[in-house]
Amino acid sequence: MSKPALGWSLHEKIPSSLNVGHATIERLIAALEAHQWEGRDLFLIQLAVEEAMVNAITHGNKQAEDKVVEVEFRVDQLTTFMRIKDQGAGFNPAAVPDPRDDDHLECTNGRGVMLIREFMSEMRYNDRGNEVTMIKHRSKDETEID
Amino acid sequence: MSDRKRMVVTKVGDLAVVRFTDRKIVDSANIEEMGEEMFSLVDKDNFKDVLLNFEGVEFMSSAALNKLILMDKRVKGAQGKLRLCTLRAEIMEVFTITRLNRVFDIKKTEAEALKAFGL
Repeated sequence: MSKPALGWSLHEKIPSSLNVGHATIERLIAALEAHQWEGRDLFLIQLAVEEAMVNAITHGNKQAEDKVVEVEFRVDQLTTFMRIKDQGAGFNPAAVPDPRDDDHLECTNGRGVMLIREFMSEMRYNDRGNEVTMIKHRSKDETEID
Repeated sequence: MSDRKRMVVTKVGDLAVVRFTDRKIVDSANIEEMGEEMFSLVDKDNFKDVLLNFEGVEFMSSAALNKLILMDKRVKGAQGKLRLCTLRAEIMEVFTITRLNRVFDIKKTEAEALKAFGL
């Protein structure tokens, strides 16, 4: 889980507001585009960070005004590192039913965690389950950089 | 049907063809609105069959997927049929990896979808 050394980075504590969360994601996307991330990789990073951010703000902090979300992003041309930590009680990701099971296919929760797991190169939760770390390495067919 | 903000609806026979106005279906308030506008097609406008055309939609989160699942249940409850079409490759990949491609009838083009509705 090494962090890229060069490039763009952001490390902030933001309020538990979806508007602020989305604005922070837009700053990440601008940095990704500036580092020539595009196409499928860009889409998948946006998907993962969106799911993690919404989980932290709504499920973790329950949008409480007195709670913040700690956000750390680091971007270079080969690797994107994202860490999002809320101040909620945490959860056990292993206890979330797999939404791909036939019995849960039409359930409306648990899909975000599964998408992060599937689409990131590496991901892990801390023991308490209130912090997710995600790393995406640039796909080989999208490594051509001008 | 003119008050909708998140979508444009065209009536083709008895079918409602929906096109979304947002390039990114991601804002929570907009997703809520999108859900309400979709559901009202069945609940208020009494459409049974609905086609959701995703042309121009670049991104959607699982919160938007959840609204589609609820819409599918609404349409099935009205003995209708919901179909999706024109999904960009990355969004189609999300449907495949979540196995939601087994829940939804997804066509590549609007022409294919209309044909499936017998139009």
